[in-house]
Amino acid sequence: MNPLVLWFHKLGSPPYFYSFAGRWIPWLYGIALVAAAFGFYGALFTAPADYQQGDSFRIMYVHVPCAWMGLFAYLFMAVNGFIALVWRIKLSETLAMASAPIGAAFTFITLVTGSLWGKPTWGTWWTWDARLTSELVLLFLYFGVIGLYHAIEDRRQAARAAAFLALIGVVNLPIVHYSVIWWNTLHQGQTVSLIGPSKIAPSMLWPLLTLAIATHMYFFASLFARARVALLELESGKEWVRALLPVTETSHD
Amino acid sequence: MTDFLAMHGYAAYVWPAYAVFAIVLFADAIAPVFARRRILRDIAARARRAASRKSP
Repeated sequence: MNPLVLWFHKLGSPPYFYSFAGRWIPWLYGIALVAAAFGFYGALFTAPADYQQGDSFRIMYVHVPCAWMGLFAYLFMAVNGFIALVWRIKLSETLAMASAPIGAAFTFITLVTGSLWGKPTWGTWWTWDARLTSELVLLFLYFGVIGLYHAIEDRRQAARAAAFLALIGVVNLPIVHYSVIWWNTLHQGQTVSLIGPSKIAPSMLWPLLTLAIATHMYFFASLFARARVALLELESGKEWVRALLPVTETSHD
Repeated sequence: MTDFLAMHGYAAYVWPAYAVFAIVLFADAIAPVFARRRILRDIAARARRAASRKSP
């Protein structure tokens, strides 16, 4: 078999993933912190004030990366949820459920910082604009997935039920993304694009992209940490988990 | 420096936004640390109980 495919199969094994994730967590947190330090330096010191919004535009540097991560985490959860439902891979269930609280945290930050940005620029903390409303629905979808996961006793059944709900909620993702195009309301259109040129000065763009890297690294660090805990709980009766515990005098039977 | 902290009048919006970012992600980062501690304690307790049942 192709070594990459072989490695991918191996990664699906809980003990292998447990040690793999454990090795990567410090690096991911480290890269996230360094990138965040650079990004915030650029965001607060080197980027010039916006000609229209003044210094209030600096909220963008926390708002936009978190908004991207809210969508990214949902997509990650849905893809893993799909794999969990179709192929019943235990690790995918774990990853899908570990992704939910992190995505909810990012979506929550997006809504709060957006509100703090909306007050000085739009004159209101909140409005039922299409982008704002669909982002709020995204947060409620996360709450629904987390709530359903915790409402069912059997961990694996709970994960599959919540994954199913997550899959239904995918319909909200294009609504969030295209809301600023489909409905012409208060929230501004997209400025940064993966395809085609971005409508933002390079001195303002690089801190944003650096912070986007930081939040992605943070996501995987937190995801791995949560997945490791979930795997310990799920596999608590297995030999590999007991081997992790400090040796006690009763263990030589 | 005062000028920087004042954010030209937007301090009341900019700094809370950065604070929310830092506080929420910090809380998210430490949550698995506590969960891990609790679960390892549970597993160890269960292992001890199982061992004491086997050898009275």
